[in-house]
Amino acid sequence: MTKLNTYRSGPDERGHFGIFGGRFVAETLMPLILEVEKAYREARADPAFEGEMRQQLKQYVGRPNPLYYAERLTEQLGGAKIYFKREELNHTGAHKINNCIGQILLARRMGKTRIIAETGAGQHGVATATVCALYDMPCVIYMGETDIARQQPNVFRMKLLGAEVRAVTSGSGTLKDAMNEALRDWVTNVADTFYIIGTAAGPHPYPAMVRDFQSVIGDEVRSQMQELEGRLPDSLVACVGGGSNAIGLFHPFLDDPSVQMVGVEAAGRGIEKGPLDHAASINGGRPGVLHGNRTYLLQDEDGQILEGHSISAGLDYPGIGPEHSWLHDVGRVEYAYATDREALDAFQLCARTEGIIPALESAHGLAEVIKRAPKLPKDHLMVLCLSGRGDKDIFSVAKHLGVEL
Amino acid sequence: MSADILADGRIARRFAALKAQRRAGLVTFITAGDPDPAVSQAVLNGLPAAGADLIELGMPFTDPMADGPAIQASSLRALKAGMTVRRTLEMVRVFRRQDADTPIILMGYFNPIHAYGVEPFLAAAREAGVDGLIVVDLPPEEDEELCIPALKAGVSFVRLTTPTTDEARMPMVMRNTSGFVYYVSIAGITGTASASNTAIDAAVARLKRHTDLPVAVGFGIKTPDQAAEVARVADAAVVGSAIVTRLADGIDGSGTVRPGTVEDVLGFVGELAKGVRAARG
Repeated sequence: MTKLNTYRSGPDERGHFGIFGGRFVAETLMPLILEVEKAYREARADPAFEGEMRQQLKQYVGRPNPLYYAERLTEQLGGAKIYFKREELNHTGAHKINNCIGQILLARRMGKTRIIAETGAGQHGVATATVCALYDMPCVIYMGETDIARQQPNVFRMKLLGAEVRAVTSGSGTLKDAMNEALRDWVTNVADTFYIIGTAAGPHPYPAMVRDFQSVIGDEVRSQMQELEGRLPDSLVACVGGGSNAIGLFHPFLDDPSVQMVGVEAAGRGIEKGPLDHAASINGGRPGVLHGNRTYLLQDEDGQILEGHSISAGLDYPGIGPEHSWLHDVGRVEYAYATDREALDAFQLCARTEGIIPALESAHGLAEVIKRAPKLPKDHLMVLCLSGRGDKDIFSVAKHLGVEL
Repeated sequence: MSADILADGRIARRFAALKAQRRAGLVTFITAGDPDPAVSQAVLNGLPAAGADLIELGMPFTDPMADGPAIQASSLRALKAGMTVRRTLEMVRVFRRQDADTPIILMGYFNPIHAYGVEPFLAAAREAGVDGLIVVDLPPEEDEELCIPALKAGVSFVRLTTPTTDEARMPMVMRNTSGFVYYVSIAGITGTASASNTAIDAAVARLKRHTDLPVAVGFGIKTPDQAAEVARVADAAVVGSAIVTRLADGIDGSGTVRPGTVEDVLGFVGELAKGVRAARG
């Protein structure tokens, strides 16, 4: 494996993490992408921007959220000492809001007057609609018609918040189609519109920008663990769809060689069943180009994109952020996977032992914790990113457990 | 000023011939394999006689992000009928048995080419008789991916310029483009809004200050009259969604292609060609 002096210097000026990333967009968007990159660079250098973001994260989102010692789960698993980073306690119930605050402040700074976003499970859509209400900006959320049918509560939430939810009927009506449609909107409305991408993917500078806005997760874990245990954690575990909560947790620790990191992909009905039955781009896909970046993708021999499957609509995307693809290839982060069944089991265990109903996405991470923790010594400090709360999932979980609500 | 590095190719010869005839060309777009390989081949083979001067052959992709509903639907029909990159190249090979002169430009997205492998794809495309490529999601920033290898392999790389391409970007956009320049006349997706004539006039004049290459104008041209308007000022008018829609109109509810559909599509191309040919009369 390549040994690098630092894993934190990427991307290069053209948006590449090794061979991954880049700016694979239509010419119409290219000038705008360059404008976003320039505006973002300037904003990062401006203490006023940083100050307003910190203020909102504290007062509105409720940060810092706790690094919580999951004592009963630790006892039950009988190995590593398990901590939860409680992103589910943020306003709107997930880590998505961290990024939305950052991007809407950037949109305002750029003088944009209209916001668009894509959403799958609806969490990013709700977070975007929330910041648009807060800053009084018109907001259009693209959501596949299949997802709209299975995520009705979030659709209604977005509407309550004043957003317009547009059903996407093209393709298979899921997250990738919603992203295509948002890109079509952006191409048509370049002058006044800002596209808030919800995950650490898309054309440069989005993967780096979303990572930076989510790095507050890892930064807090570092100082909280120092306070609680007087040292660094030994391992970090997070679920990975596009991978924004995972990269936010991992990135601040990439250059600490003692810290082991595991991203957990959605294995759906099983990776061995083939790419229509899972959503594990790294474990079951190969590199390709989609939605502005080169990354691991679920695709057929001819380069046509396949529809992944996961019980969790938030992990049900045929790609992954380009920095994860690179971290996999250089061997710094390990990418494991959990099936629908394992996630459902972890979901229930968490509810019963800790009194926390996790998002099905986060339950994939927890499933990996359940596999690893028993084999590790009691002084091993393991952190799981509890990226979201599971209220949105109770209907689909009930269905899978054969319970009528 | 960029000039054509593939000056002896079919594209350059065709534009030289058009110039000699003092008229603009008609560029027609169809999606390879839409709605099935046989009908698509019949349309492709009939396009030159119907009046198409250059042909853009769409390589279907599951996620055509820059295309409107008509071309998205055509891609999905073609994929459903089993279309692949290999079969698209095979269509070109069959076409070349009857036509050695009409330029064919493959148009699509990068991932199917990436999956095929850039070098094997370029070799196969050239061997099949492909003259140029238009790849929507490869801006000049990503020239090393395909544009430069294509030029080395003797395949033109036709660049898109748009209303958002500003003066500062123009030299970079023109640098490695060859064959012709494709001006996307609206900021938007295919087959939706149309640009005004004055906007197109100004845009073509601006492009001509930056390149000696022919300028083709497309996006939003739906009728023979609109094609004629564009043909007054541009070197070629590109029509895609309107042709693809005409083809879709010939498919009944059960997915069967009605008899006479190929003739109807080619008849429409004939009307477009008449418009383009009369434009500077």
